[in-house]
Amino acid sequence: MRLTDLSMKISRWFDPAAPLSDIVISSRIRLARNLASRKFITRCSSEEKNEILQTLKGVILNLPSLGDIFFIDIEHGTTIERDLLVERQLISRNLAAGTGPRGAVIAQNELFAAQINEEDHLRLCVLAPGLNIEKCWLRINEIDDAIGSKVQYAFSSKYGFLTACPTNLGTGIRVSVMMHLPALKMTDQLKKLFESARDMNLAVRGLFGEGTEAIGDFFQISNQVTLGISEQQIVEDFQNLIIPKIVEYERIARDKLLASELNILDDKIARALALLKSAKLISSHEAMFLLSNLRMGINMGRVKEISIETVNELFLLTQPAHLQINKGRPLTPEQRDILRAETLRAKLN
Amino acid sequence: MHLTEIVDGHRTESHLCQACAQKEGITVKSQLSLNELLSSLIAAHQQTDETAAIEKAGKVCDDCGMTMDTFRKQALLGCPNDYKVFEDDLRDIIEKTQDDNSLHIGKTPPLTSSEEAESKEKNITEELKRRLDLAVKTEDYELAAKLRDQLKALS
Repeated sequence: MRLTDLSMKISRWFDPAAPLSDIVISSRIRLARNLASRKFITRCSSEEKNEILQTLKGVILNLPSLGDIFFIDIEHGTTIERDLLVERQLISRNLAAGTGPRGAVIAQNELFAAQINEEDHLRLCVLAPGLNIEKCWLRINEIDDAIGSKVQYAFSSKYGFLTACPTNLGTGIRVSVMMHLPALKMTDQLKKLFESARDMNLAVRGLFGEGTEAIGDFFQISNQVTLGISEQQIVEDFQNLIIPKIVEYERIARDKLLASELNILDDKIARALALLKSAKLISSHEAMFLLSNLRMGINMGRVKEISIETVNELFLLTQPAHLQINKGRPLTPEQRDILRAETLRAKLN
Repeated sequence: MHLTEIVDGHRTESHLCQACAQKEGITVKSQLSLNELLSSLIAAHQQTDETAAIEKAGKVCDDCGMTMDTFRKQALLGCPNDYKVFEDDLRDIIEKTQDDNSLHIGKTPPLTSSEEAESKEKNITEELKRRLDLAVKTEDYELAAKLRDQLKALS
């Protein structure tokens, strides 16, 4: 498996046929795990990290139920390769920027990723397009048990799975759902969303998780509490209460825009499309904002001539590492802005 | 990034790309992250007399050499044993970041010593009973019924 094979295609978690996918881009669950009788990453020597890496890599690569998977050595990869995996949401920025022996086992279909020696020894992650949290849980629970019957996890009866940071203690679970909420933004209701999220102990983050700002009206909603509540309960709350409620608010906001602010809406969408079709230089930030408006236009039936698949594909193809890997060489920011604009013009005209 | 500066009543607007903004030392803070919250809690915790006394005692984990002081700096623990060694210091931090919870009620891994598994079941039963009492006291009967079912399922 070469990374260029990944960079040319669209991620499976961008599937327009998935449930509620006009608003919910993807669902993901990650579990934080550590090996018993081993130090956590911050206190490990390079040798110890390597032992952990080899142990976990061996166990995961030999699991029969995972299908086509491959291992990527993050320590010896190039910056662009690491960034590509971050852009495709397969590894965290933390793993990309870390030091020492570390790696990731990734499924060919990109719906499973195991990061080794990130903040914890093991971070398992299962993704699904649209609102599919229950499906993610069944899958990741199965994988977790398969690994947990080969190696002993650090676990205490009181605190559950022991993690390097106490904020992950207990279940070690983080459910996070990526949502596209342009209408809530246009109708000035994001503040309300953030406030109620805080009241419910939820975190709202940008596209690439912790510490990243929201780009182009994409938000990741995730649980903060991991102790004293069961995995099942968190999953059910997200699947049946929290996310459907936010989807409903976004729909109401979209209906309101269609009913009473059609000119403003159409103007925004038309401007986005015009710029994307004609710009000669465009930053990834600006491209994301404009593609976000275009995506809203298509999903609200205001743009008919462009498919949602094309827009989803462009979200990835216009990212910095994707541009460089597909071009086959490193590019300066200005060269990237030119190539990005070219890519957009070619796909949209 | 759009920057508006007002100096002596004169308004200047500049538009900077992210890299230039960083060069100028301008950053935009996003929502307070959990780690930042944790750091501030840890820092607050540092100032109490109780922890100062423990600090003097100089508790160190035999397994990994961790001290509370190091934990305060990096917000990450050194090994699983730290949860036992620093239990008293961590309790407050755990409860504050975990919505006042202090007991795991989720899954148990396949390879668990029978001792841990048994004690987990006992802990959960006690915790559920405690929550049931509270639910009855606060007349939250819907929750009480749910907890009663959970207790039944365990016995």
